Amino acid sequence: MIHSLFLINHSGDIFLEKHWKSVVSHSVCDYFFEAKEKAVDPEDVPPVLQTPHHYLITVHRDQLFFLSVVQTEVPPLFVIEFLHRVADTFQDYFGECSESVIKDNVVTVYELLEEMLDNGFPLATESNILKELIRPPTILRSVVNTLTGSSNVGDTLPTGQLSTVPWRRADVKYTNNEAYFDVIEEIDAILDKSGTTVFAEIQGVIEACVRLTGMPDLTMSFMNPRLLDDVSFHPCVRFKRWESERTLSFIPPDGHFTLMNYHVSSQNPVAIPVYVKQNISFFESGPCGRLDITIGPKQTMGKTVEALMVKIHMPKAVLSANLTATQGNYTYDLPNKLLIWDIGKLNPQKLPNLKGILSLQAGAAKPEDNPSLNIDLRIQQVAISGSPRFVSTYNWATVFSHCSICFSPLCTGLKVSRLEMFGEKYKPFKGVKYVTKAGKFQVRT
Amino acid sequence: MTDSKYFTTTKKGEIFELKAELNSDKKEKKKEAVKKVIASMTVGKDVSALFPDVVNCMQTDNLELKKLVYLYLMNYAKSQPDMAIMAVNTFVKDCEDANPLIRALAVRTMGCIRVDKITEYLCEPLRKCLKDEDPYVRKTAAVCVAKLHDINAQLVEDQGFLDTLKDLISDSNPMVVANAVAALSEIAESHPNSNLLDLNPQTINKLLTALNECTEWGQIFILDCLANYTPRDDRESQSICERVTPRLSHANSAVVLSAVKVLMKFMEMLPKDLDYYGTLLKKLAPPLVTLLSAEPELQYVALRNINLIVQRRPEILKHEMKVFFVKYNDPIYVKLEKLDIMIRLASQANIAQVLAELKEYSTEVDVDFVRKAVRAIGRCAIKVEQSAERCVSTLLDLIQTKVNYVVQEAIVVIKDIFRKYPNKYESVIATLCENLDSLDEPEARAAMIWIVGEYAERIDNADELLESFLEGFHDESTQVQLQLLTAIVKLFLKKPTETQELVQQVLSLATQDSDNPDLRDRGYIYWRLLSTDPVAAKEVVLAEKPLISEETDLIEPTLLEELICHIGTLASVYHKPPSAFVEGSRGVQHKRISGNAVSGESVESPDNGSAAGVTEAPPAVIQSHGDLLGDLLNLDLTPPTTTGPPPPSSSGMQMGAMDLLGGGLDSLMGDESEPLGGDLGGNPAMGAGFGGPPAVMPASFNAPVGGGLDDLFDLGSGVGMPMGAFNPPKTVWLPAMKAKGLEISGTFVRRAGVIQMEMNLTNKAMSVMTDFAIQFNRNSFGLASAGPLQILTPLSPNQSIEAALPLSTVGPIMKMEPLNNLQVAVKNNIDVFYFSCQYPISMLFVEDGKMERQVFLATWKDIPNENESQFQIKDCHLNSDAASNKLQSSNIFTIAKRTVEGQDMLYQSMKLTNGIWVLAELRVQAGNPNYTISLKCRAPEVNQCVFQNYESVLKN
Repeated sequence: MIHSLFLINHSGDIFLEKHWKSVVSHSVCDYFFEAKEKAVDPEDVPPVLQTPHHYLITVHRDQLFFLSVVQTEVPPLFVIEFLHRVADTFQDYFGECSESVIKDNVVTVYELLEEMLDNGFPLATESNILKELIRPPTILRSVVNTLTGSSNVGDTLPTGQLSTVPWRRADVKYTNNEAYFDVIEEIDAILDKSGTTVFAEIQGVIEACVRLTGMPDLTMSFMNPRLLDDVSFHPCVRFKRWESERTLSFIPPDGHFTLMNYHVSSQNPVAIPVYVKQNISFFESGPCGRLDITIGPKQTMGKTVEALMVKIHMPKAVLSANLTATQGNYTYDLPNKLLIWDIGKLNPQKLPNLKGILSLQAGAAKPEDNPSLNIDLRIQQVAISGSPRFVSTYNWATVFSHCSICFSPLCTGLKVSRLEMFGEKYKPFKGVKYVTKAGKFQVRT
Repeated sequence: MTDSKYFTTTKKGEIFELKAELNSDKKEKKKEAVKKVIASMTVGKDVSALFPDVVNCMQTDNLELKKLVYLYLMNYAKSQPDMAIMAVNTFVKDCEDANPLIRALAVRTMGCIRVDKITEYLCEPLRKCLKDEDPYVRKTAAVCVAKLHDINAQLVEDQGFLDTLKDLISDSNPMVVANAVAALSEIAESHPNSNLLDLNPQTINKLLTALNECTEWGQIFILDCLANYTPRDDRESQSICERVTPRLSHANSAVVLSAVKVLMKFMEMLPKDLDYYGTLLKKLAPPLVTLLSAEPELQYVALRNINLIVQRRPEILKHEMKVFFVKYNDPIYVKLEKLDIMIRLASQANIAQVLAELKEYSTEVDVDFVRKAVRAIGRCAIKVEQSAERCVSTLLDLIQTKVNYVVQEAIVVIKDIFRKYPNKYESVIATLCENLDSLDEPEARAAMIWIVGEYAERIDNADELLESFLEGFHDESTQVQLQLLTAIVKLFLKKPTETQELVQQVLSLATQDSDNPDLRDRGYIYWRLLSTDPVAAKEVVLAEKPLISEETDLIEPTLLEELICHIGTLASVYHKPPSAFVEGSRGVQHKRISGNAVSGESVESPDNGSAAGVTEAPPAVIQSHGDLLGDLLNLDLTPPTTTGPPPPSSSGMQMGAMDLLGGGLDSLMGDESEPLGGDLGGNPAMGAGFGGPPAVMPASFNAPVGGGLDDLFDLGSGVGMPMGAFNPPKTVWLPAMKAKGLEISGTFVRRAGVIQMEMNLTNKAMSVMTDFAIQFNRNSFGLASAGPLQILTPLSPNQSIEAALPLSTVGPIMKMEPLNNLQVAVKNNIDVFYFSCQYPISMLFVEDGKMERQVFLATWKDIPNENESQFQIKDCHLNSDAASNKLQSSNIFTIAKRTVEGQDMLYQSMKLTNGIWVLAELRVQAGNPNYTISLKCRAPEVNQCVFQNYESVLKN
């Protein structure tokens, strides 16, 4: 199983190492550095490397490399999943996952790693169990600890460790009981030069934030569950119930979690919310080129497209861009050859346009590679129910009655029809928010 | 208040200060000090000097402090074993604490302290914890057994912990079950009889129940364990599949892939007409597609596995082509894998889409990716015949872009298209010729030259074109030189009148001015051919070439089947069988036999060492999956080498032989008119093996060459060969069932220093078989065929033929498991078949393997004792002299004999072709049919093989 872990920053310093079995010399990382030298970008380093005595499995997260050393045959996905879980835990505990924050909390990090893995076998990876074992650092707590001499390590067995619902701790209490669900759909698409969809699919996710007292048992049903034929669930979801009734029945973890992921394949028609008219060309003679991009709404289901942004990876030879935008601002990041046009809200009456001249390095030949456009956007809608006494944390706009929701602005048209709670007596405050976003949405030129 | 302050104290006297703080009375100060110590430890500073002070802090009721001290102990106990003992009492006490968290923590930490003395004390607490009332403690203890096994395997067995662990599989708590399975699986990996996890329907049922309730990681262990089970019938197989299928919807991709493995494996047992079979196929596609929306690292592993799955069951993903379309911000390793899968899924139905995508990719930034995309277009053309025309026109478009590397790559693949569809697309040659000047890569130049030579009769200025290449002949790479030589000879045979001068020129460049043996040899062969029998030359050089097929890049079926059983593992990422990996955590050995063994001189090839003998060690890091197959088939299937010389792997011996002849030829060379000596009569024909396929070989080939070879090799082996060497009887290697009617049985013999593979080929099919060829995969001792397989007459149904194939030991080397395993590919007009066989290692014992007495003594002492292996040979009724004689006939030489207390001790030596010496001590006691043998060798891997050989020689 997993033997050792090294954390490495972009400049190639090993700033933390942890060994779960015998110590492996950090010279083993030289094989990784060798591969890193060869790669153009840090993210191009192959995730699985073979060395004479070990295998190195690496993930690249937040500008850091999490490099694990294994010695025996082990499923690489297992290791990769685990490493991502480690990064998630750091994120969860410290608010970010960076070299400085890890160094600032090195003892906690070490304690966490010790709790997460035993002899290379995962031990406790659920955030709520870890938090009972090792409390996350807060300013308040460190002050209190100093004053009282108490510690941030729990001294009772985490209740979740062995129960059949390891994701939830017992004795949760809230004065305001709330359950919010964000249904987020990301459109992954490739459009060709002429605007035709080459490929499009939807990655959906239901993110939940549940703060409910006791052991609530929730049921979520959908208006049109037949859309969901490719799903993966949080372990809390009762799969049998889904198989037979197509409803999600679960005892939720406390706090934030991902309830479900779904995927609507490229074989179903996908509504593309915007169209892009673009013309980027370089002259045969003279070191410059022309750029002209217009974006307009396509299938937006009557909703406003927000946070629209276009990113263009320019060929290496492009030195600067002299453009005019009818809306929003543009910047050209020379070292990364990245042109970013931040548009904001899309106004269907007055379409945003970016136009002008690109200048190339003197003497450079006409670029061989075409630039490629990446689009970011967001369409959102909110629905809530219950008695909103204090709604400040969420920006809820519309209230929906208990049993029906009148619209769904999602690409797939997925709608939550019902959200019920059993097992507890109080009446919670419930809400569903729908967001459509561009995922890997690119336009070829 | 952050921990970073712990890093800043680097001044002198730090240790001293810490010591003082650790011994402070204040709890808080103590804890801070321990934290500082831990921080220093994490960044690799040596704080071991503080050991006693830190251990003193262990007796505390503050859990955090206790944990920190435990962390410290795990790190430094190894270096301070005596002091670690001080901690034992606290551990033992903690194991009986009322708080289960502390009990578990203590047993967990003790297991991590790899000090023998502590281990002894661990047994009792561990036994208690394995039966603890609290499942949290039990599950921690289960893992502890695996830790203990890693430190002291014998102890674990003696204490009966393995049985307790097996009992835990029936535990009521699913987490305990999962950890017990994980621990047992890990132990099984290094355990001699790996039948620890005795899987039967009852345990399987328990595992399936636990599967639903345990954590995601536990599910992975259980699924991987399930995959090793063989269901009794298809009903059981179906019911397991049904219970595993829900795991496909898990959020953890490792769970999904492990479930896919179980399903892919058990599906094999389901009848194809079963409804459930179809349902299952449908269920597999969505989770695989979903894996591709995860992080790039996960995608990579998923793609490597999908690559296997689409080869085994293309129907699963045949409609999902689009998800493999490349996005420009995918990491390069993901791009290349996606491309590979796209080609595997390409079919007539989707070829238009695929081609449009590939064309798009060929304008990307990344050069490697662009090259592979262009190659992919060629592969599509070869795979989907209907699309060939469109592919060619796409390639022509790309050539028009004039982007240098695109043009070069396009020309290389167009050559392959010509090989697949001869006489169809020659109209494009003119366009290709326009780009002649821009080609600067050897492969592209060689491809272009091949095209010019092959179609010389249709290119008006072919002679000018080739002449232009000839000017810088010596600066070209070997690949180009060889190709140019062949092309000009082809040109000469097609247009003899105008090109006589040119061919003279190239032949003299190749034979006289070059010091490359491959080139020289080929030059001589052509020269001989042309001067003796132009008609034969034409037949050989311009022979019709076999078509290349799209199958070249597929993984060999048996390997594929094996890899499917290892979905989700490292083997599936490397597309290599698990046996090709470092084995077990203790297997810290080199993958290959140590370096000195590889470079040792071999007796048979006196003068080809540098060029053909030693191939460079294969790179240790990821190899493309095609390699294995490529190696097996490069005889005549891999496009670039088809008309070129067979690579060194297959021709090492030929080279050696030809060079010996070459010496003789040189003297004849001066005078062209002198008739060739009779002893060389057969040799031009032998050379034909280089240029054309075996089918066109003249019939006279067989007899003279065989004899010639034997003569030649006698030079190498001066020692006379005693008669009666043991040769194992022929066994069936390739049953007719598996090879479309071709049955091969055979054996290996060593005669007068020459290794031969003697085969019986029987045609049990209904149709005639022709065009036999043979090729070996890389193997432990570099065995390679030293000549083509000499089966010249077609093999009609129910006919049998005997063939003897001389072998050389100068081929490429790869360690096999077992060591003497040889993987063979045999090709005929029907298909390519694969089998593996094992050769007796005595084949590799050379005739001069008798060591001097003094040297023997010194060597025996010099080889470390851990390299010694002892074996028993049972039921052998020979006396020591008879045994010695018998062994001598297999080149195992007795150096000395000693008799001690009625026991004969024979000291023997043998030497392998790669220069490895094996020393043996054979103890024979009169009246006792059991011999004892001790073997010592610098490469102890061979001991097992040598022992087996002793056994078979002595008992026959």
